[in-house]
Amino acid sequence: LIDFCGIELAHPIVNGSGTFDAIAARRTFGDALLADFPFAAFVSKTVTLEPRQGNPPPRLWEQPAGLINSIGLPNRGLHGYLEHDLPALAELPVPLIVNVMGFTRAEVGELVAAFAERVEVAALELNVSCPNVESGLIMGADPSETAALLEHIRPLTAKPLIVKLTPNATDVGAVAAAAEGAGADAVSLINTLRGMALDPRTREPWLGGGTGGVSGPAVRAIALAQVREVASRVTVPVVGMGGVQRGRDADDLLRAGAALVAVGTESFRDPRAGERVAGELADLISKRSETAPETGATETPKTWVK
Amino acid sequence: VSTVTSSRRTPAPFGRRGGVIEANRAAGAYRVLEVADPAGPAPRPGQFYMLAATERWGGGDEERPFLPRAFSFLRAGDGRLEFLLEDVGPGTHRLAELEPGDGLWLTGPLGIGFARPEDGRAPVLVGGGIGIVPLAGWQDEVGGPALLGFRSAAHAEAAALLADPDVATDDGSVGHHGPVTDLLGESLDADPDAVVYACGPPAMLEAVRALCAGRGVPAQLAMESGMACGFGACFGCVVPTREGYVRLCLDGPVLDAADLDTALVPGTGH
Repeated sequence: LIDFCGIELAHPIVNGSGTFDAIAARRTFGDALLADFPFAAFVSKTVTLEPRQGNPPPRLWEQPAGLINSIGLPNRGLHGYLEHDLPALAELPVPLIVNVMGFTRAEVGELVAAFAERVEVAALELNVSCPNVESGLIMGADPSETAALLEHIRPLTAKPLIVKLTPNATDVGAVAAAAEGAGADAVSLINTLRGMALDPRTREPWLGGGTGGVSGPAVRAIALAQVREVASRVTVPVVGMGGVQRGRDADDLLRAGAALVAVGTESFRDPRAGERVAGELADLISKRSETAPETGATETPKTWVK
Repeated sequence: VSTVTSSRRTPAPFGRRGGVIEANRAAGAYRVLEVADPAGPAPRPGQFYMLAATERWGGGDEERPFLPRAFSFLRAGDGRLEFLLEDVGPGTHRLAELEPGDGLWLTGPLGIGFARPEDGRAPVLVGGGIGIVPLAGWQDEVGGPALLGFRSAAHAEAAALLADPDVATDDGSVGHHGPVTDLLGESLDADPDAVVYACGPPAMLEAVRALCAGRGVPAQLAMESGMACGFGACFGCVVPTREGYVRLCLDGPVLDAADLDTALVPGTGH
């Protein structure tokens, strides 16, 4: 068992927020989802105060080794989430982490306060990849914005607070350090990187939202570098994610300093990717400890050159 | 939360599973893939699968295809599934070159299929191009004339996959010269007490929707939208309905035409 902010987890693989809808998956796959739940904890899709329809289609573009999405955080809003989603998610066999986003500090505070006493909720994750409409700054792109947000909401809950960092920041390490300094219990990264695609026929932006977030193996190297940088700047646990497809990718992020690893886009390709990655990771670790504790490898690993 | 097994929907086993290509044969301009899927349940017509080759899916030109691709099944039975495809992009290109014995990842059956005719209405099936696919299994169950439109004579050869097809082609090389909705108009003139089941390109679906709406004829449209996952995770495949955006993979791909203001959705078709 792994201890993450006082939460016991069966293994180190969770899902990235917004990459797995456990309610829709149960509708599709039935109770087999609960029997073989692929993640050690479930991170739900971002909840906002008011309901959101999300961005107009098209919302997806397949790109080399990945995907650009412009979904726009559709959700039922806080009231709808508490009434419809939370009771269903409470039936999952793993701890629930609720991801929230607000457009002002007061909004984030209202969301955090609404979950502060909910026994169904193990922890809260803050999506800070949106602008503070009062300052115009992306909350998670600036250390002082992030610190001010944490100072506002830290007194509102005793539950672990995870800050989901945006990679679209000048100095992600500084933002992470500011979050820790203002009371964050953990940080998670990376969120998607801003990107775009043109419709090959019209030469106009393809995505309904204009730009979108790039994910998948295309961002894996960026995730590894940012996780390593952030882990060197904070003492709180780091949830690493970005392009994880196999146990080896998760192993790399752990080596870079992550305490947990999230699987995101790969779940689109393989609904049980989380469980598969956890199994591959466990195999890697056990083989390494059995056979070659010094080099950390069972056979000579291949480099890229040939 | 409940798992609904109904006449329109068979739930999928959890996760992707390995199928094996048994045959890959030409059907005019298309290919029919026959896949052994002994572990899979029997799907309902209109439901779909996410497909990806187990080898060399990713790593080709531009590292694509990367995501699995959504396909309605043509026919199913005895642990076998049939899919129809045309080589129009990196995903269909890779699938089109698969040979007997090659592996295929399958997730499904997914989504909600067609609803049976009500009030004694006679089914009329309208298909355009590759959109004839979900109509084949449905015709096996409910019967009805198949009005099928194609670009060319080579594409129109696939009409033989359905029973007693009435064909229209854009170039007039086979059957009626003009859109398949011409045939639908004639059919509804003769028997307005119909229910229309349609699948095809967005412009055809919109023409069917408008024609049926104008005549007060119920219609069910099997739609397509780019999707990453097929099971509600990515929120990418939404289409606007009168109730707001719905995920086509969960609440479709068959939608009641009365719920739509238009079947022309940005990003659909290819």
